[in-house]
Amino acid sequence: MILFILRRLAESVFVMLAVALIAFTLFRFVGDPINNLVGQDTSLEEREQLKEDLGLNDPVIVQFARFVGDAARGDFGYSYQMRLPVKQLIAERFPATMELSMTSALIALFVGIPMGVYTALRRRSLIARSFMTASLMGVSLPTFLIGILLILIFGVQLRWLPTFGRGQVVDLGWWTTGFLTLSGLKALIMPAITLAIFQMTLIVRLVRAEMLEVMRSDYVKFARARGLKPRVINFSIALKNTLVPVITIIGLQVGSIIAFAIITESVFQWPGLGLLFIQAISEVDIPVMAAYLMLISFIFVLINLAVDLLYLVIDPRLRGETA
Amino acid sequence: MTDTDRTERPAGLLARLDESDLWWSFRHSPTVIVAALTTLVMFAAAIFAPWIAPHDPFDLSQVNLLDALLPPMWEEGGMAAFPLGTDDQGRDMLSTIIYGARISLFVGFASVALAMVIGVAVGLVSGYAGGWVDTVLMRIADVQLSFPAILIALLIDGVARGLLPRGSHDALAFYVLVTAIGLSFWVQYARTVRGSVLVERRKEYVLAAQVTGLPSLTILVRHILPNVTGPVLVIATIQLALAIITEATLSFLGVGIPPTSPSLGTLIRIGNDFLFSGEWWITIFPGAALVILVLAVNILGDWLRDALNPKLR
Amino acid sequence: MTRLLDISGLSVEFPSRRGTVTAARDITLSVAPGEILGVVGESGAGKSTIGAAVMGLLEPPGRVSGGEVHLDGQRIDTLPEGDKRRIRGRRIGMIFQDPLTSLNPLETIEDQLVTTMLTHLDLSEAEARARAVELIDQVGIPEPAKRVKNYPHQFSGGMRQRAVIALALCAEPEVVIADEPTTALDVSIQAQILELMRRLVRDRDVGMILITHDMGVIAETADRVAVMYRGSVVEEGPTDKILLNPDHAYTQSLIAAVPRPDRRMDRFPLVDYSGEGAAPRAAFDVKTHWLGQARDFAAAHEGPLVAVENLTMAFHVGGMLSGRHETFTAVDDLSLDIRDGEVFGLVGESGSGKSTVARLLTGIYRPVSGRVVFAGVDLTAIGSRREMNRYRRQMQMIFQDPYSSVNPRMRVSDIVAEPIRFHRLASSNAEARRIVEDLLEHVGLGAAAAKKYPHEFSGGQRQRISIARALATRPRFLICDEPTSALDVSIQAQILNLLKDLQEELGLTMLFISHDLPVIRQMCDRVGVMKGGRLMELAETETLFEAPQNDYTRHLLALMPKIYAEEAGEGGGAAALDA
Repeated sequence: MILFILRRLAESVFVMLAVALIAFTLFRFVGDPINNLVGQDTSLEEREQLKEDLGLNDPVIVQFARFVGDAARGDFGYSYQMRLPVKQLIAERFPATMELSMTSALIALFVGIPMGVYTALRRRSLIARSFMTASLMGVSLPTFLIGILLILIFGVQLRWLPTFGRGQVVDLGWWTTGFLTLSGLKALIMPAITLAIFQMTLIVRLVRAEMLEVMRSDYVKFARARGLKPRVINFSIALKNTLVPVITIIGLQVGSIIAFAIITESVFQWPGLGLLFIQAISEVDIPVMAAYLMLISFIFVLINLAVDLLYLVIDPRLRGETA
Repeated sequence: MTDTDRTERPAGLLARLDESDLWWSFRHSPTVIVAALTTLVMFAAAIFAPWIAPHDPFDLSQVNLLDALLPPMWEEGGMAAFPLGTDDQGRDMLSTIIYGARISLFVGFASVALAMVIGVAVGLVSGYAGGWVDTVLMRIADVQLSFPAILIALLIDGVARGLLPRGSHDALAFYVLVTAIGLSFWVQYARTVRGSVLVERRKEYVLAAQVTGLPSLTILVRHILPNVTGPVLVIATIQLALAIITEATLSFLGVGIPPTSPSLGTLIRIGNDFLFSGEWWITIFPGAALVILVLAVNILGDWLRDALNPKLR
Repeated sequence: MTRLLDISGLSVEFPSRRGTVTAARDITLSVAPGEILGVVGESGAGKSTIGAAVMGLLEPPGRVSGGEVHLDGQRIDTLPEGDKRRIRGRRIGMIFQDPLTSLNPLETIEDQLVTTMLTHLDLSEAEARARAVELIDQVGIPEPAKRVKNYPHQFSGGMRQRAVIALALCAEPEVVIADEPTTALDVSIQAQILELMRRLVRDRDVGMILITHDMGVIAETADRVAVMYRGSVVEEGPTDKILLNPDHAYTQSLIAAVPRPDRRMDRFPLVDYSGEGAAPRAAFDVKTHWLGQARDFAAAHEGPLVAVENLTMAFHVGGMLSGRHETFTAVDDLSLDIRDGEVFGLVGESGSGKSTVARLLTGIYRPVSGRVVFAGVDLTAIGSRREMNRYRRQMQMIFQDPYSSVNPRMRVSDIVAEPIRFHRLASSNAEARRIVEDLLEHVGLGAAAAKKYPHEFSGGQRQRISIARALATRPRFLICDEPTSALDVSIQAQILNLLKDLQEELGLTMLFISHDLPVIRQMCDRVGVMKGGRLMELAETETLFEAPQNDYTRHLLALMPKIYAEEAGEGGGAAALDA
């Protein structure tokens, strides 16, 4: 088992390095870093000097190593567009995205999983069927459209909730939080729901499909043949067996919430990493793009690792003891 | 011990189709029929756009700024010539929607086709060859799978922007988008096809072909490939909906199809600016068209998946 | 004799969009305490349906359409669901076929036992845990206190089935229904499990319904037998009588089709009860018929047709990244000869390496060391694909699973024609087609089968398609890898007869692989016994069966079901007769 953990760690490092390579390639070879840093009338000698200073003439391996080293410390240089250190930009916006994503993830999980279980157990009931129809709609509505609709109804027509921004935030050291103010919470509601809906519908469908499959299995049949109570069969046996295979995908979904935040932040003008990234794309601001990429993949790798370790805990078959 | 008696079935293709469970479940499901019809209508409208659309929104000579911002015809101030109103440039909404749907569908199909070709090829090779080829390919797939498609699509889009000369962005946007979405979707095919190949490889008809002496490539294409198409079809329909949504999202974010020949997503973005000033139709109608299209495709995909699933019968 | 479980006039039907299927019709059976009632029949007979119906566990849309079920005098089929649930496990227990999938993989055996007991019995948790250990001990699992805390995946197949039996009995039911409890197990484990069940039935005085397709199991275990065919009970009575002196024609045909372990017969006697049998095969003259022609056996060779010399084959378990690096030796220094025109049998349990040998002979696997010599040519030394194909033409193979041995997406004509086209044995498409139709006639399918797809055929018919395909290259050596293990007994008899006929007509040399000793006795001239990749014994068939030299051979022979027990004083179910 220790071997398994070590192997997973090694794989994670490998993935991070692969991503770093991609980010580095972006950084170094897409567009000309020099051009983006200086004005038009900088002389050729000055450009050459700058190149030398920045170490752009060193062998590629050395540059890559330097890149990885810098990245590990969070240093990605300066944003082409905003002329500020990338590290600072990211630190400013990180809390906004994290709070939004965490809230959405919790909504998606705590609403999605029970809904999925319910629609599997009570397949033919009216409520279940309407849930399924709702989930079909949820999968067919692009996130940004949901956002627009919510803004239209709750922001413009009813004027209950703010239509953009984060509301008032409170500083907690390096972090800024919107949880502690009423306006902050109000501003969080619509973006969080928008972000949660797509993931939630996927989770509902996934859990339902898996649970139906499990309910048809032989061990459930045998449990019924032993006269166990329905509640024991459904929750103690079936649900646990449903969640085990589903956890990886749910982990992935939670991760992708962070990426989908890009859309929500655009629609609601939420000052987070996603908005930063989109602006970076249209302005071809490579350092910001590279930094975002590394950060997101780091979070993903962490989540994947956590999910795999969780598996070790919940699935006895993986613990490697022999018969 | 499964020597069940099977009654004989008619041998012709059409007869078999008629008898099949697929057709039966289709006929007995009103929602699916409606969805199929809707999809057909939208496909037809998109393909025959130049003949169907009442105006050509891209012909500058036809567009008149004086017609700008007209509401739909059932509202006050609307005109019958522009049944769904006009946008800020005076272009007819109905026509732009039809053309926009066309672009959305083209991008959707093209990117899914690209993803399918790459994914199925990789899956076949990976599953049949095994060994280090399989390991390497699946590692790449795993790494890519840990990122949501939208991020990958964005990234490829961004890189393309960086690499291509500034002026040509708009013209090449279509191809860049198709490539970006296609490259972010191939993994699911590869995974599924590989899984199917691993199962089929163990089957005895493959063994029989090997005993006869057929070379691996022949076995792969003639025997295994036809048997793995089922799941591929299901994935394709699901992905078509996702591709359309992804394209719309990217266009909405401003990094997709540019406004010169807008897709539904671009239209929604343009209209978003006018949402608060009361010209709601510029966003809502393209939005509705998008939702209807995706919903119809999703319903069809769901039905196909359930109908093809042998365990549910 | 008190009747514990009383089924009278039970009928079960499954309405579907294609019409209603009657799975069971007017079934009347009963079981007394301490007795084992066997319910035997081929697939589709409806035996499992009865079990499910008694338990109230029919899968929808199945439903009971008539009849009554009484348990200890009380009628149970009309009870409300809540009461039915209380009966399940507490008064009637059930055992399923596959022990691997019957157990919840996420819970320890102890937890599964305790939950069941606490649901039905008035015990404290501590008492339930203590009883769980006792049960595990009673079903013969060593170190019960330790193993009760294991998870299902930590047990081997036989042990798991013992755990399943413990679970079925833990709430102290009066009746147990066992649905094919040993089908998924190896022959030696099978015997142990049956012995266990007999003992438990006796000790606890429960009544058992044992559902199976295997006559051998019936002979060893059942006190009374009910024979089912297409949803009805056609005959019922004490086991001795049914096996030795059956009244009904179907029972007679069923018994007759079971391969006799005691002596070899020319052909399997066939009472073609089902009418599904083959189209009549025309006699043909091998010298003028296509099948007998141009089989370039020009190169006369000395010695045996196939010689295997010190063949060794090992597999790597675990890949680069899984951290395990073991080699599994599937075939270990094996040497044997197969002579021209003989039928050589290779017998062993699963994992003995017999199928690996087949794959080594056909060149699908390359051995780690050793040679395969075919007609004097060392096949293992051939490098080029083209040269290898020359020999591939001369040897062909038929396989075990009729449902996966033909490509479901291809027409029968294409399936059978493929080897012909690949080896360019026909000069035109028309000729190929004629050959295919001829072959199909020859194996008893009829030329009309050519245009159809495999799913339109039954298992036995698909096996005939496989045989036609194998004959298409006019091979001189045919490997049969468990060709009838997946077929019903009566179909098995037909296919084996067909193989016998073909072997005689065409002078084929055959390697016949099976785990089923009686079948080997009927089919083969010489036999090799394999265990763990090694050859344990090799002898003429009669010698092997009458005077085995090796302990393992003796062990396998002892496990053969004694349906026609002529051995005096060997014990077991049926009495001797039929000398």
